[in-house]
Amino acid sequence: MATVLHKPEKGKVFRRQLVKEMSIIGVESVGIVALLSVFMGAVMCLQTAHQIGGWIPVYTIGFTVRQTMILEFSPTLIPVILAGKIGSNIASQLGTMRVTEQIDALEIMGVNSAGFLVLPKFVAGFICIPVLVIMSMVLGVSSGAVIALISGVSSMADFEYGLQVDFVSYDVVYALIKTTVFALIMTSVSAYHGYYTSGGAIEVAKSSTKAVVYSVVIIMLTNLVLTKLLLT
Amino acid sequence: MIEVKNISKSFGGTQVLNDVSATFEKGKVNFIIGRSGSGKSVLTKCTVGLLEPDLGHVFFDGRDFTTMNRNERKEIRKEIGMLFQGGALFDSMTVAENIKFPLKMFSDMDEDSMSARVQDCLSRVELEGQGEKFPGELSGGMQKRVGIARAISMNPKYLFCDEPNSGLDPQTAIVIDNLIADITNEYGMTTVVVSHDMNSVIEASDTIHFIHNGEIAFKGNNAEMMVSDSPTLNDFIYASKLMQKLRDTSSYKKG
Ligand SMILES: Nc1ncnc2c1ncn2[C@@H]1O[C@H](COP(=O)(O)OP(=O)(O)O)[C@@H](O)[C@H]1O
Ligand SMILES: [Mg+2]
Repeated sequence: MATVLHKPEKGKVFRRQLVKEMSIIGVESVGIVALLSVFMGAVMCLQTAHQIGGWIPVYTIGFTVRQTMILEFSPTLIPVILAGKIGSNIASQLGTMRVTEQIDALEIMGVNSAGFLVLPKFVAGFICIPVLVIMSMVLGVSSGAVIALISGVSSMADFEYGLQVDFVSYDVVYALIKTTVFALIMTSVSAYHGYYTSGGAIEVAKSSTKAVVYSVVIIMLTNLVLTKLLLT
Repeated sequence: MIEVKNISKSFGGTQVLNDVSATFEKGKVNFIIGRSGSGKSVLTKCTVGLLEPDLGHVFFDGRDFTTMNRNERKEIRKEIGMLFQGGALFDSMTVAENIKFPLKMFSDMDEDSMSARVQDCLSRVELEGQGEKFPGELSGGMQKRVGIARAISMNPKYLFCDEPNSGLDPQTAIVIDNLIADITNEYGMTTVVVSHDMNSVIEASDTIHFIHNGEIAFKGNNAEMMVSDSPTLNDFIYASKLMQKLRDTSSYKKG
């Protein structure tokens, strides 16, 4: 896999590949990320409203929505879901190219196939996934606010106060560090399983499954380690 | 000319190639024949460096490919064209983009000369006007021809074809065989064809290497092959009734 980091053949060709990958990894994931974030923010808002009462202040709703979205849902669960979508896509594409000898065809031309195929996916994931996660945070919190107002569980002032109380900007930094690491895990694990497929259609399917399962498991373990390292 | 010297290759304890030596001549269609699983593809892949041989050397016009580093190999690779068993066309690109791809990666041609070159290659394999199609829209024979067009787009010195007519009907197979032979003559390339199809061998071969159990069991040309004493070679050649008939009618009879 070290060959991935060799210089790509031609700048122009690399840029074109990168744009293509950013569209597959980034643009085509906007819909699913938006959908999940909007519903998650709304549900978190209603859940919290349902739990609190008595001496617990109403601004807890805004606070909880913010913390849930920023600390875990957006930076961890969004990458886990994307691992299913993007990981299987990467692994099956590379696996198919391997078993149909398209990778050999690249190599025989003198193209560094790992660099040509994998590096743009790395870079696209590195750029796009954090952007998607920021979008998820914003959408989740906004939809929480909207649902709070519509359902009348909190006033805008209370919700806003909840969003601001005890806010540490390091939380966002922490979330984005995590996300970036998860993006690299997802793209590299999936690319590895795809690139080293051998056999036929059945093996491509297996690689694709492995890519998703290993990505998710490694993301979860890394999440535990990073949370311990970064938040304590 | 390509010289393969004392190549051995095994996978996890199974010896696939055992001390194989062969010379593939310039301007000729050099066949590697043998039964399925005899190691033809492995020999080809060792020759072009898609697999690393355990022992032995490969010389491209005297240049020792096996001891080269990545960058030196890259220079040789630009002189190699290869047609893969399944075509191995990039399915996300059109036919024209497939043929243009090596030019884009490795030549300094401008857009117009690249397009002109693509048209040349397409017409050479008689696929004018098919450039905008995707590989998935073509028949097997057409895909093979696109594969040839892509392989020759950089004007290679060496052309490798792994089972160029597997999966094709006999008529189309002959078209492909003849195309390979014509192109070889035209450009004076060193061409290596892997095949287990006796029709092709008779139709298009200049030299023949028969590989059996990982060793070269016969070297020679068409006429020599037909009268060879080697029992394994005879079993291979005369496996079909048609070939037996051919042997028993005068022209290839011994003596
Ligand atoms: N990458 C590989 N790993 C393990 N075994 C292989 C590999 N490639 C080929 N082989 C084995 O080497 C033998 C020769 O294969 P091959 O050269 O593909 O045969 P063919 O003459 O039909 O082209 C077969 O037994 C095959 O299983
Ligand atoms: Mg083979």
